[in-house]
Order: sequence, then structure tokens, then C-alpha cells
Amino acid sequence: MAAAAAALLLLLLAAAAGPGRVGAGRARRDALREELLLSPLPAGDVAATFQFRTRWDADLPRGAVSHYRLFPKALGRLVAALGVQELHLALTQGFWRTRTWGQPPLQAPAGAELWVWFQPTVTDVDKAWKELSNILSGIFCASLNFIDSTNTVTPTASFKPLGLANGTDHHLLRYAVLPREVVCTENLTPWKKLLPCGSKAGLAVLLKAERLFHSSYHSQAVHIRPICRDASCLAVSWELRQTLTVVFDTFSSGQGKKDWSLFKMFSRTLTDACPLASQSKVYVDISPKNKEKELLEVTPAPASVYEAIVQGDKRTYAVYDLLSPSLFNTSRSLNVQLKWKRPQDTELPTPVLHAQRYVSGYGLQTGEISTLIYNTHPYRAFPVMLLETVPWYLRLYVHTLTIITKGKENKPSYIHYQPAQDRRRPHLLEMLIQLPANSVTKITIQFERALLKWTEYTPDPNHGFYVSSSVLSALVPSVIAMKDVDVEQSPLFTSL
Amino acid sequence: MAAPLVLVVLVAVTVRAVLYRSSLAAFISERVEVASPLNAWKRVVEGLALLDLGVSPYSGAIFHETPLIIYLFHFLIEYAEFVFMVSALGNLWSFSLVQFKKQKFLIELDKYAPDVAELIQTPMEMHYIPLKVALFYLLNPYTVMSCVAKSTCAINNTVIAFFILATIKGSAFLSAVFLALATYQSLYPLTLFAPALLYLLQRQFIPIKLKSKSFWLYTMQYTALYLCSLVVIICLSFFLLNSWDFIPSVYGFILSVPDLTPNIGLFWYFFAEMFEHFSLFFICVFQINVFFYTIPLAIKLKEHPVFFMFVQIAIISIFKSYPTVGDIALYMAFLPVWSHLYRFLRNIFILSCVLVVCSLLFPVLWHLWIYAGSANSNFYYAITLTFNIGQILLISDYFYAFLRREYYLTHGLHLTRQDGTEAMLVLK
Repeated sequence: MAAAAAALLLLLLAAAAGPGRVGAGRARRDALREELLLSPLPAGDVAATFQFRTRWDADLPRGAVSHYRLFPKALGRLVAALGVQELHLALTQGFWRTRTWGQPPLQAPAGAELWVWFQPTVTDVDKAWKELSNILSGIFCASLNFIDSTNTVTPTASFKPLGLANGTDHHLLRYAVLPREVVCTENLTPWKKLLPCGSKAGLAVLLKAERLFHSSYHSQAVHIRPICRDASCLAVSWELRQTLTVVFDTFSSGQGKKDWSLFKMFSRTLTDACPLASQSKVYVDISPKNKEKELLEVTPAPASVYEAIVQGDKRTYAVYDLLSPSLFNTSRSLNVQLKWKRPQDTELPTPVLHAQRYVSGYGLQTGEISTLIYNTHPYRAFPVMLLETVPWYLRLYVHTLTIITKGKENKPSYIHYQPAQDRRRPHLLEMLIQLPANSVTKITIQFERALLKWTEYTPDPNHGFYVSSSVLSALVPSVIAMKDVDVEQSPLFTSL
Repeated sequence: MAAPLVLVVLVAVTVRAVLYRSSLAAFISERVEVASPLNAWKRVVEGLALLDLGVSPYSGAIFHETPLIIYLFHFLIEYAEFVFMVSALGNLWSFSLVQFKKQKFLIELDKYAPDVAELIQTPMEMHYIPLKVALFYLLNPYTVMSCVAKSTCAINNTVIAFFILATIKGSAFLSAVFLALATYQSLYPLTLFAPALLYLLQRQFIPIKLKSKSFWLYTMQYTALYLCSLVVIICLSFFLLNSWDFIPSVYGFILSVPDLTPNIGLFWYFFAEMFEHFSLFFICVFQINVFFYTIPLAIKLKEHPVFFMFVQIAIISIFKSYPTVGDIALYMAFLPVWSHLYRFLRNIFILSCVLVVCSLLFPVLWHLWIYAGSANSNFYYAITLTFNIGQILLISDYFYAFLRREYYLTHGLHLTRQDGTEAMLVLK
């Protein structure tokens, strides 16, 4: 049984106003902005996060739209036909190692995750959900058609709409995870096809399946949400955010050197921006660690340097604007390279919040799921919302639930439990737990394995049964005070 | 008789108290032979925990006890061990009061063949039957285990014991109330309606004839009492939780067998391995099995309702959907009542060996399957099957022995063929 904790942080949005070229998009009523963030991780890993944001000033759900330009028609019609308010789909392979890599830029559990808010006008939410998962299954060539009542839950408190929403009636929310889903090329290709330039031009040139799946972590996602059209927020625009995060282990593939370049990682270089994009930028995280500057060197020299506060840390980014003509003057392609001047021995400070989960017990009769949540903040206590979805064939005994912090019992201030029904619905457990400063909280719950009918076993049952990740939502206190600024204009790394 | 009875009680209470305090208690309560999904103590605690969280205990697939049990333990959760001890003693009390009198034999003695005096129990032997029954029930390892595991089966057994007591004492009202309670608890005791009615009719000297008016009058009376108490109990449960959720969750669960946790019964393996489209048909077949035998037995044993009751309890415990060893202990407690049948039993030795060996093999094969991984469910089910065949043969052995004794009572012990040589009685 593979179980892992993935954390989902709903962080306060913080940013300084960034340069945007929205003006050009306004006229055409839709705009594409593409971004790539490259950040070196400790131990020689490099995380590359792509983000393609298509913003469209149209009233999608009314069904009055028939002419699609940048926004993919398949998704647009889906939103209109099924009354989708917000859609979040993530397909992930591997685990993000929060403890050593820090907070992930985009969070997703292993396997396929889909959560959708429907509009209040939808009468039969379950039917729409079923239809939606089947259509998405077709669009993304993923096994999302296996989403049914046995793995769908309606969380009451863990998820909030990320876009504009009138109410948060959680009956309109559906959440499902398929932890067994294997993500591969056949999921990447349809995802790339949704991009206006495909993989022909712009940053998407780098998305070569052969390299992307030769990595420690791969996560691709699609987010659709309504946003304010302007500051007065009188009209609604629709935003499609396609993101892809990949972590390369450059240390082991580069003969013990942590130096990397775009070509080494993707076996491609950048030659131009997507002609349809109003913004196309590459950011490289060159934040000095240990306050020693000039630890690393990037070539070619960046045109500008951008400083921002991300998750409470001051970061420095080298910026390459693919739309500026000066970039391709000297050489025909951009191959960002990073060299370490001396061996890097610094480690990322342990993130304020991280978690791990394991199953204990032996034999096939009973067992115990243990979740450890760490709060490493030196003096601040904060609450986290923990969501557990456990399939019905593991019968949870809620009376065995124990939450222990620093040797003492920690009583959750909110608890919502929906027991499973055989072959119909999974267990849903949501708890609001207060984490004291600098503490480890251990949550254990016992379960019993049910005897399945012969048709109910998954293929290759000796491989074990998968339990989906828990979801942790928290308001993490930051060392530096945060400012709430217009999110729409800010670059990728600040809007997470 | 009082002194040995006190001794039995002391021994039984001590054994249970020691086991409650030992580390074996946790092991025993996890055993699938002792605790079924229907009556495991862990599930009762879970139901109470759900109630405390403000969730209906019946909204999940774990809790299947009746609302009265929730409320019983809602107030007595601290004294659970005490409750189970009391329920065992309640059983003892009711069994010791039951005088399985056979006045009928004394009255009809002149009808019997002259040389059968040795087949009839002397009052002295009869005197010790209650003590033996108590001994068989209280010190039976099955009962001890089910009591230590705090399986609510012990409570169901107590209700049935009270029902038997009330019936034998001739109280139609109490008999109907306890039968309704037993039916409410586990549904299957419904079939005990027939033997109870037959016994009460016999006690009232009402002939069992379909044309007799008094027969129908009494039957209607008893049925009405039974149905009224059942309706009252069910309505009471409704008002306790203010919902009808318990009906599908308790009775639907018993009848449709969705939880295939292994037990000593016949259902789990069969329905885990069956093609889905046959399962409804076979569920009907398996469930009819429990109820069906009532009709032929009622016709054959209408003169002997107590024996009928014993056979019926045994059939329930063999063919019910979630049997545990506690159910078996109930009918085994009646075996001393039929001690006069021992000379007619044909393979009691083999059958007792089968039952003992199977009981020992259950944990062994369970370990091999679940923990060692060197066996699979087929191994465990093979033992279940053998165990149940052993039980079925035991009951049919007793049944044939009973019929044979009846035959000898009327025809004399020494049968002769037409040519004068000694004959053998062959039951076909």
C-alpha cells in the first residue's frame, strides 16, 4: 500500500506588481502568457515549472460563445455544457519531497486528482460530475472514468473556490483522487495540444516527453476558474492555467556535477516565443544562500534581475524575456546555463509545515494509518485542516483515532466524519488540528481490511492497494509580512 | 443441587474475570470465529463513537446492532464486562429453572410397549438436567470466549434463554415478548415461533387440528401477542433514534450479506467467489435454507416441541449468515437434555472429534492465510465446511436417535421379524 502525504497549502497571496503586457491582450479579449521558472533544489535537483495562462474576457457558461481563439474549444464547451464553476485536474508521477525540496510551487498528490466546483444552477451535481470525469478521461487519455461514488467525496472545509465565487456551498464541490493512475506520454500529448502554439514554438518546445518522464517528479495540471475582468470586478473573465512541474536529478545524471543547462535537461533550447503569447519569460532562481553572493553563475547574463518575496523568503530571479528582440541578437537560441562556483553545501531551511504518512501493522486483518505533521516554526502555532479519504475496503474505526502532540492528546476543534458504505462511498474524515510551535503531531487511526469479492480486486492485487493522499490545508505564518496585491499581473512564483 | 450450582457459577465467573484481565482478551475479541460483523464489541464501541460525533451510527457500514443495544451500552459502557457476566448468569438462571418435564410420558405410559422402562428417564436423572445444562453452557469454551470477546451474541442468547424459560413455564405473554425481542435482535429466532406455539398448545391440552376452533383461537392470540410486542419494540427503536435507518442496516445486512468478513458460516466464501449475476438467486436459496426446515420439522415433531425447538436453534446457528461460536454454544447447552438419546447415537465420537479438531484448526489456518501468507482463503473455508458438516451430522444424528427412541417406545425394544428372528431398525 503506497500512501504518501501531499500537502496543499493555501497561501496568502503576496506579490509586488510585476510588468505585464495586458494592454495588447485587452484589445483581442484573450491573452496567453507563458512562463518558466527554474529553481535549483538542494542535493542537485532542479525544478522546472511551466505555466501557460490563457485569459479570456468572455462569458463562457452562457453558451453564447462559438468562436474560440486561444482558449481550447474542448474545455470551453465542457465548462459551458456542464455548468462548471471551477475545475482543477492534476496528473502526477512521483512525490514532491517537501522536507528536502521545500514547499512545492504547485501542489498535487501522486496519481490523478480532480476537484470541481459546479455552478449553483446545476441540479444533479453527481450526474454532471460523472459526465465531466468521463469527458476529461477522453480529453486527457487518463483513467478518470474510474472516478465513481466509491472514490468521490464532498469535503466540507478543506477546499475553497480559488476564483470568483458567490457562495461556498460545498454540495457543489466534488473531489476525487486516483492514486494508482500512472502518468505518461499519452497524458502529456493531449495536454500540449491544448496550448495555442502546441509544442511548436515558445516555451512548450522544451516539453519533450522522453526527457520529462526521465525525472524524479512530474506533475501536469489544468486549472480553470473565473476571475475579475478588471479592478472594479463588474464582469467575469475565464482563466485557464496549464502548469507542468518537473524535477530533474542533475547531480546523478551530470557525473556528480550540479551544473545544468536547458539543453542538458530538456535536450532542446529556446529559439523564440510563442507568437500568440503576450508574455513569454524565463525566470531562474539565483537567490544567494548563506548571504554569500556570487555562489553561482548564469549564462547568458540576464537582462534584468527581479526580486520578490516568496513564501516568506526573499528571492532573486534572473529574468529572460523571450519577446525582447535583444535576447536573440547574439545567438540564435537561448540555452540558460548555471554553474556553481564552489561546491554548494547549503541546505534549504526546513519548511514550516511538512508531513509524512505510513501504514503500520502486519498481516491482512488489521492495520493502522499514521500521519506525522511537523510544525517547525520557532514560536508560532497555527491550525491545519486535514482531509483523509480512505476507500471503503479499509474499514476505519473512528473510535481508535488518536492525535498526539508532544506526548499529550490534542483534541481537534472541528471534526467531520462520514463513514464509508460498502461498495458505495469512501470514508471522509476532516479535522481542524492546532499545531503548537516547533512540534510533531502524530495522528493514528486503525482499520480493518474487508474481504473483497473476486471481481473487486484491482489488477495485480499483490502490488497492494492504494490509498489516496491526505490533504493538508493551512494558513502558514510567514516571517515577513505579506501584501495582498493584484494577482493577475504578477509572475508565476508569487501567485502560488 | 444448590451447592454444585454455586460452585459452577463461581468457577465460571472466575474464569471470565481472569480472562478479561489477561492479554488473551484482546486476542480473542479479534478472532473472526468469536466476533462477527453483526455482534463484535469493537463495532459497538464504534457505533457509540459515531453517535458522539453526531453521525448516525447506521450511516456507515460498520455498525449493525439494534438501537436498543446502543442505548443499553450508552449507559452501561463502563460496565460492559459486568453486563456480559450478568447475561451469562441470566442464561444460567433461566436454564436452571427450566424443568424439562416429560409428564406426557408418565401419562401415556400405558400406551408404551412393556419392555421399554429402561428408555424412560427416572425423576432422579431428570433432577440433574438443569445443572448439567448450566454446566454445559457456562463452562463451554465457546461461551467463555464469546463472553470474553464481549460479543453481543451473549445478550441474544440470554434473550432466547428467557424465551425458552417463559415458554416452558407456560407464560404465553412473556414467551411472545421475549420471542419478539429475540427476533428484533437477530431476525432468525422468528422460526422459533412454531415450536413455542406447539409447546403452549400442548400445555393447554389443545389438540393440533386444523378444524378445531380453539386451536385457531389460541394461535391467533399468540400471534397477535407476538406481533404487537414486535411492533412496540420496533416503534420504540424508531423513537430512540428518530429514523428508520436501522431497518436496512440491521435486517437488510443480515439478509443480503454485504460484509464478507470470514466467519465459521457458509456464506462468506461462497458469495466472494460467485458470479455477480447469480448472487441474488443464491442469497435467496441460502436464506430460505434457515426458514425452510421449520415446516417439515413442525409436522414431524408436533408432539415434541422442545426437541423441535432444539433442532431449530441448531439449524439457525448453522445456516445463519453471520454465525459465531456463541450461537453454537446455545444449542450445545441443550445436549444434556437429550442424554437419554446417547444409546441411539451412531457416530457421536467421530463427530465430537471433528468439532474439536476443527475448532483447533480455525486459528491455525487463519494464521497461515492472513499472517504467514502460505495458505489462502480456500484452506480456511475447507475447515469451515468440515465444521458445519460435523454440526449438521450431529443434529441429524440426534434427530434420528430421537425418532428411533420414539419407535422403540411404541414397538418395544426387542423387535422381531415375521419369522421370529431378531430384527434391526433401519431408518430411511
